[in-house]
Amino acid sequence: MVTSSQNRPGSPSPAGPTSQGPEPRGRRDTTTRSASSSLGLSFRQRAGTWIRKRGAGPYLLLLPATAVIAALILWPAVQVGLFSFQSYGLMQISGVLPAQWVGWANYSQILHDHEFWVSLRISLYFAVVVVPLTLIVGTLVGLLLERLGPKMRMFVSVSAILAWATPAVSASVIFAWLVSPDGGVADWALEKLPSWLGGGAHWAGYSWTNAALPAYTVLTVMLVWTGFPFIAVTVLAALRTLPSELHEAARVDGAGPWRDFWKVTFPLLRPVFLVLALLSTIWDFGMFTQAYIINGQLGNPDQYNLGLYEYAQAFTQPPHYGLASAAAFVLTVILLIVTVGYIRAAIKQGALA
Amino acid sequence: MTSVPVSGSAVPASAVRDSAVAGRSGRGARRFNRASRRTVLNLLGVLVALFALFPVLWMISTAFKPPTELYSLTPHPVPLHPTLANFRNVFSGSVIGKSYWNFLKNSLFITIVAVALSSLIGLLAAIALGRFKFRFRTTYLILLLIVQLLPQQALVVSLFIDFRKLNLLDSLVGLIAVYTAFALPVTIWMLRNFAATVPKDLEEAAAIDGAGAWTRFWRILLPLISPGLVSTSVFAFIFAYNEFVFALTFLGTDTAKFTLPLYVQYFYGQNSTDWGAIMASSTLFTIPVLAFFLLTQRRLASGLVAGAVKG
Repeated sequence: MVTSSQNRPGSPSPAGPTSQGPEPRGRRDTTTRSASSSLGLSFRQRAGTWIRKRGAGPYLLLLPATAVIAALILWPAVQVGLFSFQSYGLMQISGVLPAQWVGWANYSQILHDHEFWVSLRISLYFAVVVVPLTLIVGTLVGLLLERLGPKMRMFVSVSAILAWATPAVSASVIFAWLVSPDGGVADWALEKLPSWLGGGAHWAGYSWTNAALPAYTVLTVMLVWTGFPFIAVTVLAALRTLPSELHEAARVDGAGPWRDFWKVTFPLLRPVFLVLALLSTIWDFGMFTQAYIINGQLGNPDQYNLGLYEYAQAFTQPPHYGLASAAAFVLTVILLIVTVGYIRAAIKQGALA
Repeated sequence: MTSVPVSGSAVPASAVRDSAVAGRSGRGARRFNRASRRTVLNLLGVLVALFALFPVLWMISTAFKPPTELYSLTPHPVPLHPTLANFRNVFSGSVIGKSYWNFLKNSLFITIVAVALSSLIGLLAAIALGRFKFRFRTTYLILLLIVQLLPQQALVVSLFIDFRKLNLLDSLVGLIAVYTAFALPVTIWMLRNFAATVPKDLEEAAAIDGAGAWTRFWRILLPLISPGLVSTSVFAFIFAYNEFVFALTFLGTDTAKFTLPLYVQYFYGQNSTDWGAIMASSTLFTIPVLAFFLLTQRRLASGLVAGAVKG
């Protein structure tokens, strides 16, 4: 394998910069003594010296990872950019016709597509409504966890972690079942609810997944359910790093819990909240799996979010890979802007220290 | 839905505490306040736990229900006449023509190979990033973060076209390659911290004692990094085992090659939805992940904060 051949000349490197001095000479003999032929030995020695002199060790160690990432993530990303300026469909993928450069035509076609704007609005809804909702619920649970006894805290946080750990596919089919028009528990519960709470017989057999609004209501609950544990546990960890004197001082000065949170806790945890908000935005804005399953695959274009819209351009007949790439590029650029914010916040928090 | 009871929580609970702190009331009242505050908090805790667990518990309970109870007008939380029929259907393959084992085998094969590859390749890169100072090191780390957050469904179009040309569609090899690549950024990012914490002195001492680089790697670096390798393997495993978009796109036509996530959702949205079978297969698919999480929970805590797992 490629990696193992890289591994061997690179292996003197774990010593790091310290091994660049003269002392490695003796020990290299002990390493390579096992090598059978003297020719191989001297080659390895020479290679080792060359690597150390040039400081090439780290680059050699990075080579396999870089190659894999470049081939399977970076190149596809570049290619999406290229395809977005081409007319690329059935004829092109089957090799009948060459791809044609069409300039900005794909982009202008998308920007004039009503469905694109609908899907963008749905994705924005997730960034603007679902993310804050998840953050609020998660933070409240985090505050609650801090005030619970150790056993109860363990029980609640483990339960929450299980919700978070549930695979997206499982969560989606479970929620689809919960809201199923026949046999689903949601319709049954809503039917039993007193009418002043909005319950009643009209919920019997209500179909949640056939239109955008109910489907995204289900998705909202589901994403809050999936997302709040991560927020709660992170907020709890951050809360426990805060010195208790600050809260006591605030209380002595007559601050209630509301003001204590906004004047003491929140400012201190602001960086944590920023990172959590940006990460949640990246996940929820780019959500695909859950939307795909809850909306019943690619059936109804009115129910697409940006991810589904892009995917449908390429994978419903006839395929428009060029249009899909243009939409993917828009999606990626929006997410990259959020990512840059995330990275700046993460660096400020010392993630790269 | 949940936000209502939860948001209700903070105010009364802390109001109770405040009156206790003010200390104007007598000792008995204070004791009562403390006790009632704890009761309120515990009650809220139970509500949160119920909200978190309910869907999973409902899935498990449904998996054991016979059809008459599945579609009855009053759903019961616990099956009245529990049955293994749903599981039998899943294993006999009456649902999709192939047994659950077939899909489990596909999933495990892809996942294990991808985890092994990404661990090996990631370890090398992590050593470089954690133990060396070189130009572009910080740039490389930032690039990894960006790469990790690129939307997968944006790249899937481009990979689909490449894989079609390379004849890697409907092939487990193609998925292994993709899962290896997409597990790498997190693996490297997490392992780097472990590699960086191994003290240089240890290695230098070993070098003075005549240990070669190869020996030092096996005897010092690897044992000290291996807890990190376990954590990253868990993350990579969960990512590959759960992955949906690539599997959906690359394995579209050949149901025999389906991985578990594809299999679990396949019959939802078809003409007749057999919820018993879906919940049974979903239970079989989900429970190992949850068990895995509970077992490795503590190790994972460090990586959670790095935002290592996608939602």
